[in-house]
Amino acid sequence: MSAALRRRAVLALPYAWLVLFFLVPFLISLKISVAESVIGIPPYSALIDTSGGSWRLDLSGESYRRLFTDDLYVVAYLNAVKFAGISTVFCLLLGYPLAYGIVRAPRRLRSLLLLLVILPFWTSFLIRVYAWIGLLKENGLINNVLLTLGLIHQPLILLNNAFAVYVGIVYSYLPFMVLPLYAQLEKLDPALLEAAADLGCRPWQAFLRVTLPLSMPGIAAGALLVFIPAVGEFVIPSLLGGPDTLMIGKVLWDEFFANHDWPMASAVAVAMLLLLLLPMGFIRRLLQGETA
Amino acid sequence: MSSPEPERPATAASYLRIEGVVKRFAPGAAAAVDGVSLDIAAGEFFALLGPSGCGKTTLLRLLAGFETPDAGRILIDRVDMAGVPPYRRPVNMMFQSYALFPHMTAAENVGFGLRQDGLPKAEIAVRVAAMLDLVKLGPLARRKPHQLSGGERQRVALARALAQEPKLVLLDEPLAALDRKLREETRFELVRIQQRVGVTFLMVTHDQEEAMSMASRIAVMSGGRIVQLGTPQQIYEEPASRFVADFIGAVNLFAGRVAGAAAGCLQVDSAEAGATLVVEHAPLPAGSEVAIAVRPEKITLAPAATAPNRLAGRVRGAAYRGEASTYEVELAGGKLLRVTLPNTGRRTEGYAAGQAVTLAFAPAAAVVLPP
Repeated sequence: MSAALRRRAVLALPYAWLVLFFLVPFLISLKISVAESVIGIPPYSALIDTSGGSWRLDLSGESYRRLFTDDLYVVAYLNAVKFAGISTVFCLLLGYPLAYGIVRAPRRLRSLLLLLVILPFWTSFLIRVYAWIGLLKENGLINNVLLTLGLIHQPLILLNNAFAVYVGIVYSYLPFMVLPLYAQLEKLDPALLEAAADLGCRPWQAFLRVTLPLSMPGIAAGALLVFIPAVGEFVIPSLLGGPDTLMIGKVLWDEFFANHDWPMASAVAVAMLLLLLLPMGFIRRLLQGETA
Repeated sequence: MSSPEPERPATAASYLRIEGVVKRFAPGAAAAVDGVSLDIAAGEFFALLGPSGCGKTTLLRLLAGFETPDAGRILIDRVDMAGVPPYRRPVNMMFQSYALFPHMTAAENVGFGLRQDGLPKAEIAVRVAAMLDLVKLGPLARRKPHQLSGGERQRVALARALAQEPKLVLLDEPLAALDRKLREETRFELVRIQQRVGVTFLMVTHDQEEAMSMASRIAVMSGGRIVQLGTPQQIYEEPASRFVADFIGAVNLFAGRVAGAAAGCLQVDSAEAGATLVVEHAPLPAGSEVAIAVRPEKITLAPAATAPNRLAGRVRGAAYRGEASTYEVELAGGKLLRVTLPNTGRRTEGYAAGQAVTLAFAPAAAVVLPP
């Protein structure tokens, strides 16, 4: 095999993967989303109607019409974006100092600290979210400690509200923010900060003018890694949230499993994907402007 | 200096004064800088020369404020720098890696310090343009570091270090990252810029040729101490020790014992040379152990029959270098010498390996060193 052919073969592998496991499922979802919900197996109408001897493309915009007209979907989308967005900001505010601290730690401590960041992954995600119920509930650990210490006289309502959802998302996705930030900050040449100091920067000025701009790719990667899955998050709002924390992932689940309305569920999924392409495209453009 | 000495005024010309500076990186460890004192005048091009690990870069970092001395004082323009952070010192440094900000253009890099000083935008633009012109980088002002060649990056780093008009610029191996030809061209360029701007340059280098061709004075460092201080010619022609003689250029060393003295010369018995050598030097007690140092270019291979210090040998190898040829000559006792002869004519006949030769050097050409 020639070198060029080999190179192409190597490149073809990830493309094949993307086509097979991302593009094809997306197209299937797209196809179902423009069908009509019927009672039967499968529970949606065929895309191409062959009855009557002639082939007829049978497209229905019903699911999309409902998507944009029914308040439920619009509110759930906005809610999801709000929860994911605010959680991303909190992850950044917590993750940046954490990543910075790990980079600045003595070399032999660094791998241990990184391990501690990854350690929660060794336990099932579901169990960790359940654990938060034990911590946050009315007679849970946090309330009991605060009551015992006499800091509060009534248990705080910490569970089944927006607060609990934020705690859950920030807790679960923090490592996804810390790791890309760590990778970015670790590449930063310490001589650059010395150069900044030499040219008259106090440490905080050097941070703002050198460290922060140079960590933008890490911030962008971390923000996307947190924001994208958080928008579609289903487990955390289901377990920790309440009636006012309806997110689009929960709606999707309900359409699919409770209502058996596959076309509607697919339309929700397709719209969610398109919604996520926006921030990705935006950040991509931002980073290209940075390096060009 | 532990005793509260009255402020000794530095001499009028002395811009940088280093007094007994000591730096240890760990308590009890060998000192990286071990009691260095130095006076550098305004407008000087000074070089700290030494092998890696001799403490020269640490000394530079102490001056820039990135390290704190354990003892001693550093005075810049008569102001004690103790406790003065890097961002308040009137010095700028050119880093060995250049440390250019990768997210900024060449012009933004050069203007970084000026912006930090809060100068108006229009003035920054004028001064950045002037700096870039000085280093002949005007047309590349909008390029980012990764779009520049190594030599161009080096010049951006220099322009950045000069932009705030510091009185003292510290250069850490300024030419080390350049390839050979560019390095030689840039030497003259650096000296030209230094003279034009009238700034004091303190350069750290491990390259003796670089130090000698650029600096007006050199401090040779070894083991955290200054072992010799002088002009390039003094350092080369009158090395104070075997270390300096060996580190600066090539040298032939003969171990020997003083046999006598006469007419301003010493007679030195050298078993290595297989002869009694005559060397110009003030009298020393007979029996003293000494080392005789002779530079390769100060040895001739076609001596007159009456010449002193005639030694018989055989050419072991020859290296034609263009402007000169270097020969390795083996003496009867097995001692290897290096001899350099200029190729003054286009058809200068060289010596071939295996050829028997007689070499000699003048009594004034050799230096007597402690053993």
